[in-house]
Amino acid sequence: MSAGAETVRPLIRLRGRSYVAFVFSPVVPIADWLSELDATLAGSPGFFVGKPIVLDLSAVDLSPLAITHLIKSIESRNIRVLGLEGVEQARLSLGMPPLLSGGRHCAVQEIEPEKPQLQQPTSLLLDQPVRSGQSIVFPDGDVTVLGAVSSGAEIVAGGSIHVYGALRGRAMAGVNGNSAARIYCQKIEAELVAIDGYYQTAEQIDAALRGRAAQARLEGHSMKIVPLN
Amino acid sequence: MAKVLVVTSGKGGVGKTTTTAAMGAALAQAGEKVVVVDFDVGLRNLDLVMGAERRVVFDLINVVHGVAKLPQALIRDKRLENLWLLPASQTKDKDALTEDGVGRIIAELRKTFDWVVCDSPAGIERGAMLAMRYADEAIIVTNPEVSSVRDSDRIIGMLDSKTVRAENGERVEKHILITRYDAGRAARGEMLSIDDVLEILATPLLGIVPESQDVLRASNVGCPVTLNSPASAPARAYHDAMRRLLGEEVEMQIPSERKGLMNLLLGRRAA
Repeated sequence: MSAGAETVRPLIRLRGRSYVAFVFSPVVPIADWLSELDATLAGSPGFFVGKPIVLDLSAVDLSPLAITHLIKSIESRNIRVLGLEGVEQARLSLGMPPLLSGGRHCAVQEIEPEKPQLQQPTSLLLDQPVRSGQSIVFPDGDVTVLGAVSSGAEIVAGGSIHVYGALRGRAMAGVNGNSAARIYCQKIEAELVAIDGYYQTAEQIDAALRGRAAQARLEGHSMKIVPLN
Repeated sequence: MAKVLVVTSGKGGVGKTTTTAAMGAALAQAGEKVVVVDFDVGLRNLDLVMGAERRVVFDLINVVHGVAKLPQALIRDKRLENLWLLPASQTKDKDALTEDGVGRIIAELRKTFDWVVCDSPAGIERGAMLAMRYADEAIIVTNPEVSSVRDSDRIIGMLDSKTVRAENGERVEKHILITRYDAGRAARGEMLSIDDVLEILATPLLGIVPESQDVLRASNVGCPVTLNSPASAPARAYHDAMRRLLGEEVEMQIPSERKGLMNLLLGRRAA
């Protein structure tokens, strides 16, 4: 039997793969085009390293000698020519890059520069009074209340606290260690005000301030509460 | 258009049940079809104040649990044919109410009545939450004293966050009713002034009901004060409040100490 004689030939595996190649389309006069290319290369010398290009000659009418010269000029600039396009086979001589056809345009995707992330809102606005028993915690920034803060309510803010009404409850500003935070209110009747961990209770707040517009701020390690205006 | 009105307060003993009965009766007298619902399960009182305690067969819990049908549990008032009562249970505890059950009953009551007036238990527990859960409007009953006002503030906060309306982004219409107001003591500074209360609560005022023996007397004979002694100062205050609730413009009467001299004379005579 000839079964043993049958040679097992290794399979040649073909795989498709496509590459994006840049295409140069020289225009006459070639000398000007080359100097333009030089100028571009001066701007980014490494751009074509490792990126062979295809030369599209459909816009120019060149003799085989001129084509050879052009290819040489380009290669002298360290750009490898992968193939030619848009020229008859007859004009090509041996040793030139092969003629390519069937190239398709591809949209070079412009990578949009990443937009900077929208800034997180750093302020919380409350247009209703803060009622007894409610606790508003906003560690990311300032809290503004367009009303009163009832006794038994509390506001905890990473930044400053602004109360356009009576502050009767507790206000804690700068809880994340922001000692520059302040507390402002139209009418101070607070149970407790605190900035960055330093606090004063109602008893410690100067009685002369009660019911007046005031601001509280830190001065070193002590809290100062002073009347506004 | 049926409206669910909850009568609520944070603190106990401020006059919620009295107000529920009085407002319910006043609305019924004005021709509205009213049901007053006692949500104070375990401590039923509204039936006493309404004088219907001896006619209670089925109650709210029975209806919630499907033991009785709603019409079986509704008690019609003997004096006003527009007024009905849905009593609370005295034997079951306050956890016997469920949100679904309450929702079903309120929806059913809405079909029949113009006003569903819910008497809330005091506090911020589940019973109080369920009473306010489906409310369209709320009367927050407050005495002119700091503890009552602070608790009312808390309740207003809950009305703005825990009700079905609030969760749907709507508003529960809120009204403050100041009860047990003693003009004499307010003048002497022993009570918070009306202005102080309103400034703290930042909610519109529905009425001021003066402290009066008439309220106690009415409650003890089992008759809403608006029915029992319609000419009395608290009855007039409740009537005015009812008219404001119906959208009328009524001038606010701040109880004054006009009877002071008389009281003084009587007081001296008694002493």
